[in-house]
Amino acid sequence: MSTSDEPIVLGIETSCDETGVGIVRGHTMLANTIASSMDEHARFGGVVPEVASRAHLEAMSPTVEGALAAAGLRLSDIDAVAVTAGPGLAGALLVGVAAAKAYAMGLGVPLYGVNHLAAHVAVDQLEHGPLPKPAIALLVSGGHSSLLLVPDVARDVVSLGSTVDDAAGEAFDKVARVLGLPFPGGPYIDRAAKEGSGAAIGFPRGKYDDGTLDFSFSGLKTAVARWVEAREAAGEPVPVPDVAASFQEAVVDVLTRKALQACARYGVDDLLIGGGVAANSRLRALAQERCDAAGVRLRVPRPGLCTDNGAMVAALGADLVAAGVEPSTLEIPADSSLPITTVHV
Amino acid sequence: MRIRPAAQRLRLTSVLVLAFDTATPAVTAALHDGARVIAESTTIDARRHGELLAPAVQQVLRAAGAELGDVTAIVAGTGPGPYTGLRVGLMTATALASTAGVPALGVCTLDALAYAAETDGPFLVATDARRKEVFWARYGDRRTRLDGPRVDRPQDLPGELPVVGAGGRMYAETIGAGRVTGPEHPSAGAMAALAAEHLAPLSAGEVAEIARVPEGRVDSVEKASGLGVLGPARPIYLRRPDAQVPGAPKRVTA
Ligand SMILES: [Zn+2]
Repeated sequence: MSTSDEPIVLGIETSCDETGVGIVRGHTMLANTIASSMDEHARFGGVVPEVASRAHLEAMSPTVEGALAAAGLRLSDIDAVAVTAGPGLAGALLVGVAAAKAYAMGLGVPLYGVNHLAAHVAVDQLEHGPLPKPAIALLVSGGHSSLLLVPDVARDVVSLGSTVDDAAGEAFDKVARVLGLPFPGGPYIDRAAKEGSGAAIGFPRGKYDDGTLDFSFSGLKTAVARWVEAREAAGEPVPVPDVAASFQEAVVDVLTRKALQACARYGVDDLLIGGGVAANSRLRALAQERCDAAGVRLRVPRPGLCTDNGAMVAALGADLVAAGVEPSTLEIPADSSLPITTVHV
Repeated sequence: MRIRPAAQRLRLTSVLVLAFDTATPAVTAALHDGARVIAESTTIDARRHGELLAPAVQQVLRAAGAELGDVTAIVAGTGPGPYTGLRVGLMTATALASTAGVPALGVCTLDALAYAAETDGPFLVATDARRKEVFWARYGDRRTRLDGPRVDRPQDLPGELPVVGAGGRMYAETIGAGRVTGPEHPSAGAMAALAAEHLAPLSAGEVAEIARVPEGRVDSVEKASGLGVLGPARPIYLRRPDAQVPGAPKRVTA
């Protein structure tokens, strides 16, 4: 797909704890370098915004240099700079936006402030080629749980539903704590669940039949905690694998059910799943099963592209360049609650 | 914004220091040609550092008829100051410097305020640290920091010395109105002039060595005690992040 006249785009992502720098040429990924401050947050049981912001400032230059080295390029080869302008942690976003403005100004190239969620959608093109128009996207991570209708990722993204309380990944973290598993909880729950049965305990599925495309995971999280506490109070051992598997099944059941309802409701035959929770093996398996049954094509980027990264921002930047979208000004703010309807600022 | 005639651009061949500071409510940027400030822009807005700084840098370059490629050193205020704004300046300096192939240097924001002080003899500089505290340092004269920077409550500031900066002004009742003196906010012009003074005798290799960021994470809390005027473009935080290591999960059943 790559031709030498496609623009080389540098993408910067700092919405949470990962300092991500990616470089693409069109939709060909040249580098995707990440510095994570997760180790520093783990002992706090969650991402500490000030710790993340400090780490972004320390990590940005080395990560940019690392990405350039991986791509075999120099800064002067960059044709455009894209950056996550929101949503995310305000102080963390601000470091990335300041860096992107300085790189764009210093190199004399256009700047594109982009929406983090749209970037999660755009990244799949680096692995699976152009996105079908339209597509339905399910984005699930520690920070978001959203269902989107995507007529055109560079210009038009519509929110169909989102969580009314906790993000899906947040529920994984909280249940992991209840079970004495480390932070972040997702991979540990996934692993423990492999030894248990998803049908062992009938945990509640929030908003299962309410007709909306919204999610709710707070009741589920509390139900798991109650169940575990009752076992402990009775002096009985907690069957961690069964609890993990049954909790995971409840989350994944709701996510895939609503995603396929969205496909049916809008007559869309392509479903994309992104975000850190897309790495969950049971989510991938059940989504594939239900998509096959419904005749829907499923696209899930590989795990390294599902979690927050710079290549996803660069990929969306490349789409904006290709679509002839007006670049951002140097005045753009970082917007911690940037709505998904704003693909670029 | 204060602009001098573009004719002075003739001097640009030798030295052109670009300085900016975002560690206080002032977003300030300036160019200094080794002899004088040739362009300066200052806007007071505590909440929009990220939006105002890059345009301000563009503005001073344009006003001086200069390009980023003409700049020989970039200097940013290292604080101490509220962290979100502070990082905007330091990140901008580091990234801009890498595109221009020049060193990114840091100057303590309080030193820049001291350099512009309207007082002779010993004095204190204090800025707003929020949470009813001030960032402060003690100076023997405009060029000489003797102690600090530190963060303390205004009633704990030492002695009877005059207090330069917003930290004195906002706590005038506590410290005594007679001690308050100007300026209120740092100016990038003063920061650039101070930096240019210290850069003048240095070789390119010596400047590069000062700008070099040590390997690994810099613990800026410890580093803040250094009294040299020029350093790497790294923040002086003086406070550790607010974060609690959690205990056991809260029970949901009584
Ligand atoms: Zn994300």
